Amino acid sequence: MTDWTPITLTFKLALITTAILFVLSVPLAYWLAFTRAKMKPVVETLVSMPLVLPPTVLGFYLLVAFSPNYALGQTLEEMFGLRLVFSFEGLVAGSILYSLPFMVYPIQAGFRNLPPSLSEASWVLGKSKWTTLFKILLPNIKPSLLSGIVLAFAHTVGEFGVVLMIGGNIPGRTKVASIAIYDEVESLNYAAANAYSLILFSVTFVILLAVYVVNGQYLKKFWK
Amino acid sequence: MIKLTLRKKLKASGGEMLLDVDATIETGSLVTLYGPSGAGKTSILRMIAGLLRPDGGSVEVNGQTWFDSDKKMDRKPQQRSIGLVFQDYALFPNMTVKENLEFALVKKQDPAIVAELIDTIELGDLQHRKPDTLSGGQKQRVALARALVRRPEILLLDEPLSALDASMRIKLQDYLLKVHRQFNLTTLLVSHDVSEVLKMSDQIIVLENGRITRQGTPLKIFSDRQAGNKFQLTGEVLNIEREDVIYVVSVLIGNNLLKVVAAEEEVRELAVGDRVLVMSAVFSPVLQKIG
Repeated sequence: MTDWTPITLTFKLALITTAILFVLSVPLAYWLAFTRAKMKPVVETLVSMPLVLPPTVLGFYLLVAFSPNYALGQTLEEMFGLRLVFSFEGLVAGSILYSLPFMVYPIQAGFRNLPPSLSEASWVLGKSKWTTLFKILLPNIKPSLLSGIVLAFAHTVGEFGVVLMIGGNIPGRTKVASIAIYDEVESLNYAAANAYSLILFSVTFVILLAVYVVNGQYLKKFWK
Repeated sequence: MIKLTLRKKLKASGGEMLLDVDATIETGSLVTLYGPSGAGKTSILRMIAGLLRPDGGSVEVNGQTWFDSDKKMDRKPQQRSIGLVFQDYALFPNMTVKENLEFALVKKQDPAIVAELIDTIELGDLQHRKPDTLSGGQKQRVALARALVRRPEILLLDEPLSALDASMRIKLQDYLLKVHRQFNLTTLLVSHDVSEVLKMSDQIIVLENGRITRQGTPLKIFSDRQAGNKFQLTGEVLNIEREDVIYVVSVLIGNNLLKVVAAEEEVRELAVGDRVLVMSAVFSPVLQKIG
């Protein structure tokens, strides 16, 4: 009998992470796409770091940073009663950093690929940058937004190193599917590992397929 | 009246260029900025619109200062009363024709103007279509109508008709003249099409390498003499051939191919693809009705 908790926990984590990431990434991507600030390459590098950094490195530093023995962890715990090590909230925080580039880059590319005249036309028509963002830019980069959402979601579902470092392996709280698989394999319980793996495999496949179908405009043919 | 004093270093394809322009445009007139591409025509429009910041100078419109480098005045594009038609039309792909126009409405503005403009520009049948289903000429009309929704004082047109075929172009020129009069606009048009310039403008400002080289009425600019028994046609050089001591230049005028004999020093300045003015004195022109 498969224990479904790791699966539901994985998707809960991915959902919450994706939602928060979306809200954070739109302004960040907008800034990266249009700024002329000198520090842009630095910010871009920081956003990209999770792509190349071993997840264990990120996890290790987060573990240290969130630990109540150090300043940040201590402040968080004293001010908000929030302990980010070995807790679900910690996993969310770690996942946000880990999946950040997967959300930011598609949205940034979407902004960059829009003709600059669209924004300019809106400004000349007297509309603020805010109105322009919500009424013109975002509605015209829906495929990029969707890519960002799906990639961030899928990437969070698949994370392992960061989660293991800062979350450990606490059933129901931090034991997500990828860790459950590792756990089952270690105890030579291949059937359970296979069940989890198969679920992750199918779900990821379906999600990515959906993106390619929607973004590839395969569906548009049938709608028109 | 628009008073422009603009200075700006531009990065053109051939290196850096200094744009240095001083011009006055009368209220209610239709003025063409004419010149080769890269001369700085579009940059001037963008500076009036507030999309490009001049290095120095001032922009004054009907007594209001929109930009003044000495007084550190710089109105945002949102605070300048202009209609701008972009070269690529810049229609919002997520909105229908009507929604594109409605988006331009100012808060509390009477939305009746949208219907009026759709009517003026004959877009009634297309108003619920999205821009990507429209032809170039139709997009152009939508862009023009959208630019007029806010009832701007100035209409800026950046090569609005360059992407259209000849017959569509003529029709749209008529639309432009119609709205120019109907809305009492001061219109600034960027163009490098001589026939368009001759037909449309009250005044021409000729721009070369970032500087105004000539300024005046179309007839003054394009001919030395006033109209008489002289034909003037514009065309494109298709071919230059040498025959013994003379050259034969093939010029396409509308749909007609004309062969013109030219001397070596005339040909020296010509290249295939150049736009040229073909002039000829005719002593007894004959008119024949054809349709």
